[in-house]
Amino acid sequence: MELILAPGRAEKNYWGDLWRYRELFLILVWRDLAVRYKQTVVGVAWAVIRPLMTVAVFTVLFGKVAQLRAPGTVPYALLVCAGALPWQFFSSALSEASNSLVSSAPLISKVYFPRLLIPAGAVMTGLVDLLLSFGVLLGLFVWMRFCPDWRLLTLPLFLLLAAGAALGAGLWLCALTVRYRDFRYIVPFILQFGFFISPVGIDSALIPEKWRLLYSLNPMVGVIDGFRWALLRGESALYLPGLVASVAFTAVLGVGGLWYFRRVERTFADVI
Amino acid sequence: MSDWILKSEGVGKCYQLQHSRLRHTALRDVLGEQLKKLFCRRPNSTEKPPPESQAAADFWALRDVSFSVKTGEVVGIVGRNGAGKSTLLKLLSRITEPTEGSITIRGRVASLLEVGTGFHPELTGRENIFLNGAILGMTRAEIRRKFDEIVAFAEVSKFLDTPVKRYSSGMYVRLAFAVAAHLEPEILVVDEVLAVGDAEFQRKCLGKMREVAGHGRTVLFVSHNLEAVDRLTSRCIHLQSGRVLEDGPTPTVVANYLRRSPVETLDPAQFRTASIPGTVSLKRIWSESMDGTRCAAFRQGEPFRIVLEVEAETGAPCDYAIVLENGRQNPLYTTHLSDLAKPISSTGTRRLAAEFQQPMLRRGSYGVSVAIFSPDKQSFYDVVLHCPLLDVAGSLHGNFPDDNRWGDIYVGVGWKVE
Repeated sequence: MELILAPGRAEKNYWGDLWRYRELFLILVWRDLAVRYKQTVVGVAWAVIRPLMTVAVFTVLFGKVAQLRAPGTVPYALLVCAGALPWQFFSSALSEASNSLVSSAPLISKVYFPRLLIPAGAVMTGLVDLLLSFGVLLGLFVWMRFCPDWRLLTLPLFLLLAAGAALGAGLWLCALTVRYRDFRYIVPFILQFGFFISPVGIDSALIPEKWRLLYSLNPMVGVIDGFRWALLRGESALYLPGLVASVAFTAVLGVGGLWYFRRVERTFADVI
Repeated sequence: MSDWILKSEGVGKCYQLQHSRLRHTALRDVLGEQLKKLFCRRPNSTEKPPPESQAAADFWALRDVSFSVKTGEVVGIVGRNGAGKSTLLKLLSRITEPTEGSITIRGRVASLLEVGTGFHPELTGRENIFLNGAILGMTRAEIRRKFDEIVAFAEVSKFLDTPVKRYSSGMYVRLAFAVAAHLEPEILVVDEVLAVGDAEFQRKCLGKMREVAGHGRTVLFVSHNLEAVDRLTSRCIHLQSGRVLEDGPTPTVVANYLRRSPVETLDPAQFRTASIPGTVSLKRIWSESMDGTRCAAFRQGEPFRIVLEVEAETGAPCDYAIVLENGRQNPLYTTHLSDLAKPISSTGTRRLAAEFQQPMLRRGSYGVSVAIFSPDKQSFYDVVLHCPLLDVAGSLHGNFPDDNRWGDIYVGVGWKVE
């Protein structure tokens, strides 16, 4: 094996290296998971408690106080839960991914490995957390005697869309944070703003028809609608043009993010 | 022709220095620049700053560095701070890319740039072994195979399931080095790992590195510890201001490196413990080689001089004593001027040189104490204690395997077995 290091040469070995370092990827994910709940009393239970609280608060707020109704026979708590879980995943994955490069600065300036592993690992960690928090949903299903149908099988596709959106945006933000620390302050703002333009506590059918397509450019609209469609027996109808818009925008975000990340990646060690 | 394992051809690394700016560019600055460009669009000034300011901001940490390393060679890299050693290692371990030239590597490179990289304080010793191993490029199977060996080397078996944040710093370093030392790369890059740990552990590390080298693997060793470079390597590259100054056998390169060290003349005032004002006082003290060049480092067995510059305000006769001491300030030998010459009794500034014609000093640091006193030893005009004056490194007569033995002096001994 002969390796040549020259200006611009790193590009060539990139994808091969990514494969070669797959074990490191798994170990980084495992590390983040292992560390996450160390020195806590209830440990992993936090992955369930946090979404449970969110669901409780939103159900009371939107379902009881604002008197909003879920479509069909779906209990409002389930509608909220199917929205809150993917949103919580997206927001924690995005903020972790954005910070991931800067917080592993010592590693980046000392050891070589494809830097893509770091933000990807952060998103992966979030995904594992999401799977754990599905326990909440399961509990609600049992409690409310609600049984999902065959549409449940399409859920992985929407999971993939959510992960893609988080990684795409995360790649942009983490690479930008390395150079411009301003993004440390911008990211929480983006997430707060994003929460209000995503149908987390409400049904996106409430959005006026003429704004719906524009609204769906937000990838999380497609994700949350998809989650609801897949989990709630399709009683919350899927707005197809919106889904296409979400997927398209996610793809643009992802490809653009990858392009930008790869472009600035080799200077990380010098800049960080 | 093809027995090299690593070849560097005309490698350079350029950093852009941004004077008067913060290390992390603020987005505000960039946006401001862009806006300025947008509104004050002048011809030819949109893209790049004028060439002269560009040149001023460029800093070449390495320039035109070419060398090749053969399989199984142990090469030391020496140079002052900022000479480009660390940059070179960063290039070799692929952390950053060269700006020009190319490096060709045949095999896996593992670098020990500061041991313990990637250790997570919350994880236990066991978990960190796997984490650190993966970061350094080992597969899980490989780590599992060497796990026991690593634990034994680090001597932390009792604390394997304790988070490393509760480790003593010594245990932490031992564990980190143990993981790194059990890598099996074709090329091992080592940077200053020996600055840590106690003497016993350092000995073990050196032993391990020698073992690694003995197995036909290539080692690049960067250190300020010339003694270690001298002991471990056979070839040495001296970097200065980003360029290769000298590349050759270690004893020669190390000796020349020492020669080029700047020599300070010590101001004895800070070591003065007693003096009688208005009599005779020591003004300056330094060491030099026999040809008269000032020098603070000598090779084993190399003769040297200790020069005293004194100022006498009275004409009282005085005698001089120089005590040669080891690094722990224990006297090794005392010489008096009156052993060979008459006491001096004139006023004014003068220099005295004591020639140590056959010093038998082993590697290490040495100091001197100086006393100026009346021949009857009743009054001490000036007493200066424990000036750290010179180092002995390398040997004129080849290397002796005497790394960790007791004693400060080297005595030529012949053994006869009957």
